[in-house]
Amino acid sequence: MSESTIQPVRAATLDVPVSRGSWIGLNNRYIPPLFITLILVVGHLFYGILESYERTALAIVCALVTELVLGRIFFGKWLNLSSAYISGISVGILLRSPAFWPYALCSVLSIMSKYVLRVKGRHLWNPSNFGICVLLFLAPETVAALSVQWGNYKWPLLVIWILGSIIIYRAKRIHISVTYVVSFFAFAFLRSWITGDPWFAEVAPITGPMYQLFVFFMITDPKTTVKSKKWQCVVVFIVAFVEMLLRLNQVVHAPLYALFLVGPTAMLIEIWLESRHRIERGLVN
Amino acid sequence: MIRGKTPRIILLVCFVALLATPLVLKRLAKNREVGQVDHSSALSRYGFYLQEVSQDSKVKFTHQAPTLDHRLDHIMPQVASMGAAVSVVDYNRDGWADLYVTNSGEGSKNALFKNNHDGSFTDVAADVGLADLNQVGTGVSMGSVWGDYDNDGYEDLFLYKWGKPELFHNDGGQKFSRVTDKAGLPAWVNANTAIWFDYDRDGRLDLFLGGYYSEDVDLWHLKNTKMMPESFEYAKNGGRKYLFHNLGDGAFEEISQKAGIDTRRWALAATVADLRGSGQQDLFIANDYGISELYFNDGKQFREVGNQTGVGFSPKSGMNASVGDVLNQGRYAIYVSNISEEGVLIQGNNLWMPREGTNGDSIKYDNLARAMDVEIGGWSFGAQFGDINNDGTLDLYLVNGYVSADRNQNYWYDFSKIAGGNSTIISDAAHWPAMDGRSLSGYQQKKVWLNDGAGKFVNVAQAVGASDVFDGRSVVMVDLWNRGVLDVVVANQRGPLLIYKNNVTPENKWVDFELEGATSNRSAIGAEVRLFWDGRQQVQQVSGGNGFCSQSQRRLHFGLGKNPQIEKAEIRWPSGKVETIQSPAAGQVYRIKETG
Repeated sequence: MSESTIQPVRAATLDVPVSRGSWIGLNNRYIPPLFITLILVVGHLFYGILESYERTALAIVCALVTELVLGRIFFGKWLNLSSAYISGISVGILLRSPAFWPYALCSVLSIMSKYVLRVKGRHLWNPSNFGICVLLFLAPETVAALSVQWGNYKWPLLVIWILGSIIIYRAKRIHISVTYVVSFFAFAFLRSWITGDPWFAEVAPITGPMYQLFVFFMITDPKTTVKSKKWQCVVVFIVAFVEMLLRLNQVVHAPLYALFLVGPTAMLIEIWLESRHRIERGLVN
Repeated sequence: MIRGKTPRIILLVCFVALLATPLVLKRLAKNREVGQVDHSSALSRYGFYLQEVSQDSKVKFTHQAPTLDHRLDHIMPQVASMGAAVSVVDYNRDGWADLYVTNSGEGSKNALFKNNHDGSFTDVAADVGLADLNQVGTGVSMGSVWGDYDNDGYEDLFLYKWGKPELFHNDGGQKFSRVTDKAGLPAWVNANTAIWFDYDRDGRLDLFLGGYYSEDVDLWHLKNTKMMPESFEYAKNGGRKYLFHNLGDGAFEEISQKAGIDTRRWALAATVADLRGSGQQDLFIANDYGISELYFNDGKQFREVGNQTGVGFSPKSGMNASVGDVLNQGRYAIYVSNISEEGVLIQGNNLWMPREGTNGDSIKYDNLARAMDVEIGGWSFGAQFGDINNDGTLDLYLVNGYVSADRNQNYWYDFSKIAGGNSTIISDAAHWPAMDGRSLSGYQQKKVWLNDGAGKFVNVAQAVGASDVFDGRSVVMVDLWNRGVLDVVVANQRGPLLIYKNNVTPENKWVDFELEGATSNRSAIGAEVRLFWDGRQQVQQVSGGNGFCSQSQRRLHFGLGKNPQIEKAEIRWPSGKVETIQSPAAGQVYRIKETG
């Protein structure tokens, strides 16, 4: 879903590939922010998931302000803030730190990455994935990523998975999530066979809330996934495969790192291929 | 819209600068760390240094862990990870502090180290009947607390176990008699915390006992392997809590539900203190796998106010509860230890400070651990407040380290994997990956945080000689040599009992108070001394158990700094009586008996 929508000057063709029609009366671009807010509210009401209201608010505000300022400076208009909101709220949920500054820094870096790390008008990293991974690399003594279960009520969990699936189905991204989830389970079997650890231990992480955000928001981000449906499935399969390799090397935040590595690589390859095609077409013409 | 290269270059520079920010902050933090120095330098810089003297003191004690049901073999080191505990008592009333130390191997012996007044100790546990308390089938010791439940002048022992809790009556400082059955204690509790306190102020000590594993779990004979927490941070399938009301005839009545304490969170530590200035002893419980709980005591009834006060909002892994007046405000802060592992889980410890302008029932707490630099310990367990350099402010000693095994391999990846699992996965030990000899937050350094009195602490552990890396559990502060300083004793899981003798600059003065109740319980547990000197004040209370599985000395020790002018000491007894000592002299132990 759309976490990283910005409106660059020549980006009309790169805009959110979701239908613009209304769905239950709402423009689809507002569904993801509403959904992630629902996760936050349900999570907090049932489990008290937030480190604190202040930290989450700080993450959201920093993302929104950064997007507003940079959008105004570089694109000359006030951008729609739904993607920045998703980035901010993702940071607020996924980042775990008793300090305040990592939330602010992570949000700002996430949004800035869309403006700085660009190739041929496209940014490469899913914003919050970039911000969180950078903080995990550079400040591991201060931050961690969400890695624990929120609670034990099954219904809210089920509702989030079902609702999330419906929403990304409407957004025509369900193939990405399904491919990833199926791949994860398959690789969990493989890891269990290789390591001898119980299969339940290998699938345990995907029952946690971090994966809800990962599956519904990060890997499906239209701005940082390749365009072809087939290759989207291939790329996300590779994400799951790299995650398995990282897990076999006991990397705690394996899914985040896998996406950090694979996502931009796939984007670069696609950009390079598109560039070649353009050149070839130019030569032919 | 701005075009051109300049704004892009500025943006890039800002981006790189922000990327560098964490590294700069890390560098600044590293510059604040204090390395090793020699004793004289430590004495001149920090006003004290520590020497580990257990061997010279003839204290040879190494904790043994239990071996539980074989179905837990694959994760045994982390399940059998508690039980090393120490408590302070003057069991024979000779005016010198003795130490009671628990062991946890099946058939292993607990120790009562009698103070020989010459710097050495003798284990007399077997002679007095307090050694052989870990017999197969009865469970194993987890900790102990001392209190004179029958007001005969001698401290009695309550021993809590993963197993049958035991009460021993002190027979005149010569022998101990088992009085568990008469007391009416339950058959089996998997407990990791107990506190003596007089909750209803009837002059008799009552007892709080906190269960960790559910009481229907026999860890040596599991019915099934579904005995683990149902969630890493939201578990409510732990042991029940008990409040034993002292009936005065040697029997106790269990009244927890009637009194409003009804929780099955995984309690690892508890402490009581008059947090609101109400004269009542409020109960704070630090829970593993969840939020902390705070119960306001209305005299007969308790009500849980954790969320309302702010201490019960964010779930962590509470493993310690100790109180101290860290800013000399006459109010107690509460320190809770948690887990912090670089890059994996940064819970941070909590220092709950009472918010300015709030008091009474509307008191609120803010976690100022980060602001005051006492946040990151490691896999932290016991912590104690005490003025370790006699400068007039309370310092903080924290022990860390969970499972020290193979130095080159750690279990954190597998631990985090299972910790993210749904309850059906995490709660079943069979689903947990094998540890295979790996460490889990092992070989961690300890923290000795010196309080600068202005809201900051600095860690001087390495500089002052607290350099061990055993898996610390229980820590107490006690004046073992009656010198007017606080020595430190640490019980380590599968490790030795360490005695850190404290050497404090003589320029810093002190005054101590040893209280004995008359109308109040004779141990004076719950009594407060509020000392006023040099325009400052500090409040301390006699504790019936605090920290993690520990109980420091009952004697209250106040450091005073240089050339103190003491105005007065106000003593508030649990009975409500207040007595004042005008201009007490420094360098004295005041032995005060409550006027009847």
